[in-house]
Amino acid sequence: MGLLSFLDRDRTIAKPGFSRWMVPPAALCVHLCIGQAYAYSVFNLPMTKLIGITQSAPNDWKLTQLGWIFSLAIFFLGVSSAVFGRWVEEGGPRKAMFTAALCWAGGFFISAFGVSIHNLWIIYLGYGVLGGIALGIGYISPVSTLIKWFPDRPGMATGMAIMGFGGGAFIASPLSVWLMSKFTTTSHIGVAETFIVLGVVYFFFMIVGSIIVRVPAPGWKPEGYVAPAAKKLITRNDVFVYDALKTPQFWLIWWVLCLNVTAGIGVLGQASAMSQEMFPGHITPVAAAGFVGLMSLFNMGGRFCWASVSDYIGRRNTYFVFMVLGFALYCTVPYAGSIGSVVLFVCCFLVIISMYGGGFSTVPAYLRDMYGTRYVGAIHGLLLTAWSAAGVFGPVLVNCW
Amino acid sequence: MTNQNQQGTTTTQLVLAWGFVGIPLVLGVLQTLVNSMKLFQ
Repeated sequence: MGLLSFLDRDRTIAKPGFSRWMVPPAALCVHLCIGQAYAYSVFNLPMTKLIGITQSAPNDWKLTQLGWIFSLAIFFLGVSSAVFGRWVEEGGPRKAMFTAALCWAGGFFISAFGVSIHNLWIIYLGYGVLGGIALGIGYISPVSTLIKWFPDRPGMATGMAIMGFGGGAFIASPLSVWLMSKFTTTSHIGVAETFIVLGVVYFFFMIVGSIIVRVPAPGWKPEGYVAPAAKKLITRNDVFVYDALKTPQFWLIWWVLCLNVTAGIGVLGQASAMSQEMFPGHITPVAAAGFVGLMSLFNMGGRFCWASVSDYIGRRNTYFVFMVLGFALYCTVPYAGSIGSVVLFVCCFLVIISMYGGGFSTVPAYLRDMYGTRYVGAIHGLLLTAWSAAGVFGPVLVNCW
Repeated sequence: MTNQNQQGTTTTQLVLAWGFVGIPLVLGVLQTLVNSMKLFQ
């Protein structure tokens, strides 16, 4: 009972004097952990050699089978954020973060068991289903709280958290490789042990976030903040979560996000090969790997920068910039190849990928402008089904065309 | 109701909270940046 009441929304209401700048680190505690999903591929190759150790044995898993783990996780991200969005909104961020921590760590522990008995279905259930649910709940858990704490800069606030999701891989990737090297012997590959350690570390981090997080007291506003006068594109009312679904704007933004994810999958997936094909001899495989790393940094930075910029130029203008500038840059890429300019090619893709990140991080503030603050977390949860759809159909679309 | 000028949250708490998430993130970013420099070699 004590723990359950500690998780209640009422217990998270900030006392006078609480600094709102404590909330972004709380959000980052969760987003940096669940952002590990982007680094999951570091486990793929070792998991194809669990039996053969030095090379794949006939009974070892294939890369195509392992690819489903990530796809399932992304699918359940969208499903869970849509299903649990309203519960997250009403239950408060601490309960949601705690639940996400349990599911995320639980997913790792179940997957470790699956690896140890070499049963792929258990990993699908652990990382794919349970981990995917953690991704969905964890992703939306701090969004509406941040928007309520930062009514003056909602784009910057949510951009900071969603930047963490992009940055989680920078921590997870080297950490996972290092842990596997420590647990691997000549007769054993230490994937299961690495999963257990990651589960413990991530649980601790996410629990710290859930302890720090607070919601503002009703009626709270930043010192000196005056709500702007009514604007044509910013509502001052709150639209009920399911009423938002009946508006064309919701579905138009759904398509924007869906196409944004699809484009991101295409660019990130093909960047290495494309750069080497367009500049043979100039961009080696090692340099191409560096290019992909640089793109990941711009993906993360774009999440913060573009969302912050949207606070000043407006959400619709930001997406207009994405469309116009994106079109111009995509057209410039073949030109860069024809004149042999590696610098121009790299710059084009870095800006493109920053806008991909910006597309993700500007969406919560856009929804807040459209539908108000009250149900923005739940509406954002429903919108993330676009991510699931793109995660499943995006690779098919990109690979076929 | 307005914010009561942050009496409840100390600077130490803020530094600890930001350091808790900032240090691992900066380390990860630096490592990625170092690896990315291979593009220019």
